[in-house]
Amino acid sequence: MTQMPPLVALVGNPNAGKSALFNALTGARQKIANYPGVTVERKSGRAAFADGCPVEMIDLPGAYSLDPDSLDEAVTRDVVLGKLEGHRRPDALVIVLDAGNLDNHLRFALELIAQGLPTVVALNMIDLAERDGLRLDVQILARALGVPVIETVAVRRRGLEPLMTALDEALTNANPVTEPVAASFGAQNQLARDIARSAIISETAGRQWTRRLDAVLLHPVGGVVILLALLFLMFQAVYAGSEAPIGWIESGFALLSDGIKHVLPHGLLRSFLTDGVIAGVGSVIVFLPQILILFLFILVLEASGYMTRAAFVMDRLMAAVGLSGHSFIPLLSSFACAIPGIMATRTIMDQKERLATILIAPLMTCSARLPVYTVIIGAFIPASSVRPGIGLQGLVLFGLYIAGVLGAMLAAAVIQRFVTQSRASSFLIEMPRYQWPRPGDIAINLWQRAWVFLRRAGTIIFAATIILWALLSFPKAPEGSNVSQVEYSVAGRIADGLEPIVRPIGFNHDIALALIPAMAAREVAVSALATVYAIDAADDDAAATSLGPKLAADWSLATALAFLAWFVFAPQCISTIAVTRRETNGWKWPIFMVSYLFALAYVAAGITYWTARSFGL
Amino acid sequence: MQLDHLPLNQIAVIRAIDWESLPDQEGHRLRSLGFEPGVTIEALHKGILMWRDPLAVRVGRMTVALRSNVAAAIDCTLAA
Repeated sequence: MTQMPPLVALVGNPNAGKSALFNALTGARQKIANYPGVTVERKSGRAAFADGCPVEMIDLPGAYSLDPDSLDEAVTRDVVLGKLEGHRRPDALVIVLDAGNLDNHLRFALELIAQGLPTVVALNMIDLAERDGLRLDVQILARALGVPVIETVAVRRRGLEPLMTALDEALTNANPVTEPVAASFGAQNQLARDIARSAIISETAGRQWTRRLDAVLLHPVGGVVILLALLFLMFQAVYAGSEAPIGWIESGFALLSDGIKHVLPHGLLRSFLTDGVIAGVGSVIVFLPQILILFLFILVLEASGYMTRAAFVMDRLMAAVGLSGHSFIPLLSSFACAIPGIMATRTIMDQKERLATILIAPLMTCSARLPVYTVIIGAFIPASSVRPGIGLQGLVLFGLYIAGVLGAMLAAAVIQRFVTQSRASSFLIEMPRYQWPRPGDIAINLWQRAWVFLRRAGTIIFAATIILWALLSFPKAPEGSNVSQVEYSVAGRIADGLEPIVRPIGFNHDIALALIPAMAAREVAVSALATVYAIDAADDDAAATSLGPKLAADWSLATALAFLAWFVFAPQCISTIAVTRRETNGWKWPIFMVSYLFALAYVAAGITYWTARSFGL
Repeated sequence: MQLDHLPLNQIAVIRAIDWESLPDQEGHRLRSLGFEPGVTIEALHKGILMWRDPLAVRVGRMTVALRSNVAAAIDCTLAA
């Protein structure tokens, strides 16, 4: 053996329990990176054989064949064939098979075994198969496939030791029997079904939980009601459950900032650390509680098997604008933050639909808009009731969410028709059996997604914040001048240039100035306005409380409404633009996205402003 | 009978699939999901409200969701 531990790839159909097996084998010590040259996540981890020798494991994206349909599947093929540049070919494969689904999964297994790498088959979820009344003969299966077959139940850690032993042996006597793979898909399928049939000892009608649950969850009317109720519950939890932790994070950063102010004298370094680094990075981390709660929901729905049902229920509505049920999950994530939403589009098979979904994701009202909406609504919309129990302020907020969704649907229809020129979307997806999510797997996943978000958003926003801080801090206003530092800075001068452009949609100079730092993240608009109005507030909340009356005195209602309309559409988030560039491999699409969204924002704000003016507001 | 017209909860067998009428990608995915002549199939659920689209079907031991325009390319015979 060389110094490098052998590399073993877990490969199999989606929904075969591959990731659960990977988690069970490697524990929580996993590394997430990207495969070289592509934006597909590579999960790797260490396991050990009985003699203590380490082995490196990777969890390949789920695939149905070595003839790829999606970016994920292409990576699986390239790694297995050793064709992915900059990535070594695995020394052995663990094929993960769903024991309850042999007829459909064996064909891919045959294709993989024929690659000639040392191979072990993990016959996974054997307990679920037995629950469904299926009894299998492992020996027959092993003989037919020509490789060792080990029964496993990843979620209960059953069969892990025998699997590692078989893998060790396969690697030591690397002399696998390979049979030529049948030429056509059809012949492979036939062979797969014959093997499956011969391995089944007996089959009784099982309890068919999945079918009974589906009768309720996919019900033509009931299914819609249940999905809407789940979504409502989710948004409730996201906003109600995150209030306290967001407060803690804000106070934590305020303490840190105060601490630095005590230690460091007035000056550039102090301003850089408190106004630049802490304020900027803090403004992203503050979203972590909302994102974690949203992800928790999404992960549980995914692990239980419900997510594909939600896609099923939503498919017809999405089809109306040229998308499909596949786009539903990424767009749902975008309500917390467009960044994880855009990253979740990788599972969409149709590349045109994937692109359209990325381009409209920023229109879903993300949590960064809330502080802006809250301040303006609080200052301008009276806290009266339209009907008992329905407040006007809440209604306006709801209207802004709806405006975003409608804007997205309209944009999707136009983009699919004229930009990607997609002829028709498609929806074709396996619906896995329902199962209880395992808390350990959810925890590992949640931790990984949080980390990926913090790392990506953190690094980008860190850089953006520094640039904006510099724009706002230089050149220094002369001592004793009555021009404020903000007005005197580069940003202030850019605002002077921007003002004539935004004047027709009702924006004043102060708004033009606030829009510049808000490019880093939308909620920065609030603190920027606070700065402009020379309010010395400790944090966003305090700024908002004292900012409201000032704005109400200074802005007309028409201007305030136009400002809200602007934020429904404007792509004011550098992190989103950067992620779009990564995911579309170039500047073309992020530039398109930014242009069309700014145009929409401008038009929407203009229409709002002049309509309001014509009503004398 | 075409799959999109198959009555719910009745076991049938795929007789033929009109691959020509399907876009390449969908035909390919259909094949990898195990749709082949001779395979047992059963329509389980239909989509929401008045659309009744997409369909959920059992093919082999797997449940697959597909739209009725794709299902129309799949010709089935009810098992006696």
